[in-house]
Amino acid sequence: MKQDRKLSSLEQEIEANLKRVYEDVAKQEVPDRFTQLLEQLREADKASSEKANG
Amino acid sequence: MVDPKEEIVEHLSAMRAFAMSLTRNSALADDMVQDALVKAWTKIDTYKPGTNMRAWLFTILRNTYYSHHRKARREVADVDGEMAASLAQKPDHDGRLQMRDFNRAFDQLNDEQREALVLVGAGGFSYEEAAETCGVAVGTIKSRVNRARKQLVEILQMSDDEVMEATDIVTTGIVTNQKNVA
Repeated sequence: MKQDRKLSSLEQEIEANLKRVYEDVAKQEVPDRFTQLLEQLREADKASSEKANG
Repeated sequence: MVDPKEEIVEHLSAMRAFAMSLTRNSALADDMVQDALVKAWTKIDTYKPGTNMRAWLFTILRNTYYSHHRKARREVADVDGEMAASLAQKPDHDGRLQMRDFNRAFDQLNDEQREALVLVGAGGFSYEEAAETCGVAVGTIKSRVNRARKQLVEILQMSDDEVMEATDIVTTGIVTNQKNVA
């Protein structure tokens, strides 16, 4: 009985820590390098479509 | 209709979290997200609007990982492992599972187990979505998740026991010393 209780609390802590590892990163602000990269990709699209449209 | 490209940004945080759980190294994770972002942007026509964009992005991410970054992770992970081993372990007073212990146990899982566990246990993916993302059968994902959970329990129980033994030795030492004084 006691062993089972100990195991299930360990399992619960594993689930909680797993979520914490993921959430810690997911909640961080996205670094500037990515917003800059997206901006560059948009610019490149614009440039190539302008070129295509002559 | 909104350009699906503009939806990618909504998944950036999740992409970083997933990349981090695969690489376990923030510099590598962000390099991987950058590669995947460029790939997703340029191959947006392979995305079917109305389907699960996060699953599509995660598929690109994990392909990036398995084709380019896995080798780099091994090299980095070894350094981290040595550093972790050289750090003294403090026994845990209240018996609460420490994050460091969890991280160390999590690092011992193989890539396939780690990604399955993260998708289902933290990313909110159904078994079906995780299976599609990883390109395997639903049953395979289920068994990877189960094995990963079981292995974490085993590793963490073992480190619990080691701490107990260490505490016993210290306690025995103190008791012996007291006897000598008396």
